[in-house]
Amino acid sequence: MRQTRRRMTVFAVAAAVSAVVMVAGPGFAQQDDAEKEIERYRAMINDPMANPGYLSVDRGEALWSQKRGAKNVSLETCDLGEGPGKIDGAFAKLPRYFKDADKVMDLEQRLLHCMKSIQELDTADVVKRRFGNPSFTSDMQDLVAFIANKSNGMKYQPQTSHPKEQEMLAVGTELFYRRGGSQDFACSTCHGESGKRIRLQGLPDFSKPGKDAKETMGSWPTYRVSQSQTRTMQHRLWDCYRQMRHPIPEYGSDGITALTAYMVKMAEGGEIQVPSIKR
Amino acid sequence: MKKILIAAFVVAATPVLAQQAGKPSAAVMDAYVKGLWSKAGPEWDSSINPDETMRLCSQTRNAPSAADFEKIVAREKATIVFPADGNVMGDWKKGETVAQRGTGGQFTDKPDTYRGGNCYACHQLAAKEVSYGTLGPSLQGYGKARKFSKDEAKATFAKIFNPQSVLACSQMPRFGHSKFLTEQQIKDVVAYLFDPESPVNK
Repeated sequence: MRQTRRRMTVFAVAAAVSAVVMVAGPGFAQQDDAEKEIERYRAMINDPMANPGYLSVDRGEALWSQKRGAKNVSLETCDLGEGPGKIDGAFAKLPRYFKDADKVMDLEQRLLHCMKSIQELDTADVVKRRFGNPSFTSDMQDLVAFIANKSNGMKYQPQTSHPKEQEMLAVGTELFYRRGGSQDFACSTCHGESGKRIRLQGLPDFSKPGKDAKETMGSWPTYRVSQSQTRTMQHRLWDCYRQMRHPIPEYGSDGITALTAYMVKMAEGGEIQVPSIKR
Repeated sequence: MKKILIAAFVVAATPVLAQQAGKPSAAVMDAYVKGLWSKAGPEWDSSINPDETMRLCSQTRNAPSAADFEKIVAREKATIVFPADGNVMGDWKKGETVAQRGTGGQFTDKPDTYRGGNCYACHQLAAKEVSYGTLGPSLQGYGKARKFSKDEAKATFAKIFNPQSVLACSQMPRFGHSKFLTEQQIKDVVAYLFDPESPVNK
């Protein structure tokens, strides 16, 4: 019942928002007004009590302690960098180097690693459901929402002491500027300067540390109203590469982790408040 | 003279080997890139492995040396194919569609999905369209400001076909060179910019 009410609130808000957006469309007053309306819309939906992203947090919590895989054990002994089973603050220090795997991992890579090594779970199905849609939920979206939420109020502390962490950051920086695809686009094409827009959508500047990067990284994972899903940074980058006319980036690949390491570095000191809610 | 040319060529070809401090080696980058797009089919090869121009632009963060700038402009100029009959002006109404639409070429698109130029994503054009991006300069009144000159229209065709032929490491896609847009689509966009009846010039 509580969940239903939450959902209905969200639908009501979404409907109100559509009306606002339509009013703000072409032919209506000036640019500034349109931007103000978008800002008002963001403020309207930014209400944790009406944020279905918290349903993901609840499902993620259940998944974390659920016995699964050939070994029929939970993920509760998984070491996310702060020690086995320690979740609080773990997300704020990812990606980071893990000695047992001898590599740098982001949260999603690490979860897949724990599923395989601790639970002996067949992760093919988990990976297949990596991005939820109306026909299935995503374990990864739910687990990430639950774990990231346990870093709320904390600040991003990028880990760069290990040489492999340094390599990850260096590669992420190169990938950020690497142009390609049919349109010659790089991440930096859209996110290389402050105050730019694509159509009416403001673009966060990721070419330097600061406010844009902090606010963006501090609000992912997020519940996307337009997709009715809690999305992680893996999905956001998948969507970026789609719009950049690059091929599908491999889920849980080191390249995505490298870009994430770069973005977290730019967001150093940024406060985490997740899952947020966005258009 | 010949010796100098050879020396210049060798210098130009070495930066790949001479690593800048903190930059990962080409081999390391290749391994990450391969992993990132490990399941991409051969049709994506050119997307993953950019040509020499894009390689230089990426390496220099779009700020090539003066020598590289000239080299890129010369190389890219040579790729431009003008319409056989010399007419670069198409139909501005169709050009508006090309400018408005941003579909095509995405991995979620079908191969026959209409390909748009998506000009409005980055540029302001017609005054009546308020939903425009600011990554590129405003093109409002573009043709009018150029007195609807035929030579300017031809230069604009070249610029849309391959912006690297004008400004090395421009952020704009090489719409003609990459064959993303057809010659006719580019002509229609030129008309959208240069036809006195186009809303761009109203």
